[in-house]
Amino acid sequence: MGMTITEKILSRHAGLETVRPGMLINASVDIALGNDITAPIAIDAFRKAGGGPVFDREKVVLVADHFAPNKDIDSAEQCKLMRDFAVEQKLTHYYDVGEAGVEHALLPEKGIVVPGDLVAGADSHTCTYGALGAFATGVGSTDLAAAMMTGELWFKVPETMKFVYHGKRRPWVSGKDLILHTIGRIGVDGALYRAMEFTGETVRGLTMADRLTMANMAIEAGGKNGIFIPDQVTEAYVRDRAERPYEFYTSDPDALYHSVIDIDVEAIEPQVALPHLPSNAKGISEVGNIPIDQSIIGSCTNGRIEDLRVAAEILKGRHIAPRYRLIVIPATPAVYRQAMQEGLFDIFLDAGGVISLPTCGPCLGGYMGILAKGERAVATTNRNFVGRMGHPGSEVYLAGPAVAAATAIAGRLVGPEQL
Amino acid sequence: MKFRGRTWKFGDNIDTDAIIPARYLNIWDPQGLAAHCMEDADPDFIKKMKQGDIIVGGENFGCGSSREHAPIAIKAAGIACVVAKSFARIFYRNAFNMGLPIFESRELWERVSNGSEIEVDTDDGLIRIIGGDAEPLRIEPIPPFMQQLIDDGGLMKHIAKRKTQ
Ligand code: SF4
Repeated sequence: MGMTITEKILSRHAGLETVRPGMLINASVDIALGNDITAPIAIDAFRKAGGGPVFDREKVVLVADHFAPNKDIDSAEQCKLMRDFAVEQKLTHYYDVGEAGVEHALLPEKGIVVPGDLVAGADSHTCTYGALGAFATGVGSTDLAAAMMTGELWFKVPETMKFVYHGKRRPWVSGKDLILHTIGRIGVDGALYRAMEFTGETVRGLTMADRLTMANMAIEAGGKNGIFIPDQVTEAYVRDRAERPYEFYTSDPDALYHSVIDIDVEAIEPQVALPHLPSNAKGISEVGNIPIDQSIIGSCTNGRIEDLRVAAEILKGRHIAPRYRLIVIPATPAVYRQAMQEGLFDIFLDAGGVISLPTCGPCLGGYMGILAKGERAVATTNRNFVGRMGHPGSEVYLAGPAVAAATAIAGRLVGPEQL
Repeated sequence: MKFRGRTWKFGDNIDTDAIIPARYLNIWDPQGLAAHCMEDADPDFIKKMKQGDIIVGGENFGCGSSREHAPIAIKAAGIACVVAKSFARIFYRNAFNMGLPIFESRELWERVSNGSEIEVDTDDGLIRIIGGDAEPLRIEPIPPFMQQLIDDGGLMKHIAKRKTQ
């Protein structure tokens, strides 16, 4: 019997001929990742367990992105703790203010993660790297400590759900809309403990940016990982960036799936997930009249140059609604520079928006756009839980960059076609 | 091992932002986190709960972020254990790795109210509801490897033990 791409990558890293869903395995990790929120706890656990050098100073990646540049004294202490550790361990992949960006945008961009990798990151959106054809999953801080120490981690081999997307995308429909629709269909625990394999003719036509967006939100359906079969798009993306040799895996035709879900893309319009679950997805034409106070365009989900270009296309020559706040957050320094060079900053500024430095910032309610009680934001981020972006009495509506930009102009939830 | 305590019921999809809101993630000291345990699900929770109480959750308890701050906050607040219909996978992993006892029971949620007294007995794998004559409920069995993690005192101690062997 054949194996899925997820099973193949796991078996290779566990040194086993085959693995089957349900098996508990010990696997070697290619990249162990942490950030300024999760690394301090991992470093503490690492030191309490005896410390010593990390298993490989080139494979432990630490990024100061959540509350960095330090938003307050406590955040400064956490970043300092991580920085001191990175210096003491002579880590080659430590990213601080100036070089840092939102980790899941930064690692693929820099070629730190490559196809075929097994990545364990102490951040739930580590699943983003599945877009490259890697097995990548979020773990906790103690896991990160263990991975830093031994270079290995325990995993339960997940069953795989296969999602087959077919049909042509309507105007303005992006990877974000496909994944919001999918989560809306299966629910926030619809893929609990499972791998989500994204396939079909539509996804083969998606850019790497759109694939990264989709894999990013596998966790919002409870998934262990999201994954794409690497192809020419992958090859073109990684060829000049990969830091290490890479390997393309594919699923066997006779691989066994938990289920196969067909999605007719032609029926999907731009989506919005209403508060307070990512699964509350609706087509933009069905949401009714909802006044909004703020747009956030950024994050590991939609803070790449492609996303900023979509927003700029809509905002060009227009102005945001009165008393509206538009906050654009390029996810990495390279995206920042590129957007600046392409003149996108002028478009955002002329429209009445502001541009933030690369950070997670408001995505998790840190800073740079926190909401007051009763306020509503449309955000290109990935979570709309109670209190996620500020006061527990505020609301977050999740959407792609097109809806976030159009909404900024209208001052209420709309798509570009309703402007 | 036995855990006996009063129950605090929460619904489905209690996310890690409800367990420990991200605005407190500039803290990593367990007691500091405990002060905000469950704050966005029930702002007075920490004032009302007592040491040894038990959280009873619905489906997908602990969904959302990977923050180990969530099980840390629950444990440091003095909650003895969490019983839920199901757990989100990173929360499940974290709880075993850092030593917060968690159990799955699909029936308990329907059978208790806020403030019921229950006893979770890991030796015979049963949950008893005190003061009723209802049949005890069976806890979903824990895979042997996870039991090993608990017995060794969490992932780091498990690794240390394996190294010395
Ligand atoms: S941008 Fe948001 S979801 Fe992504 S890593 Fe940062 S906090 Fe997490």
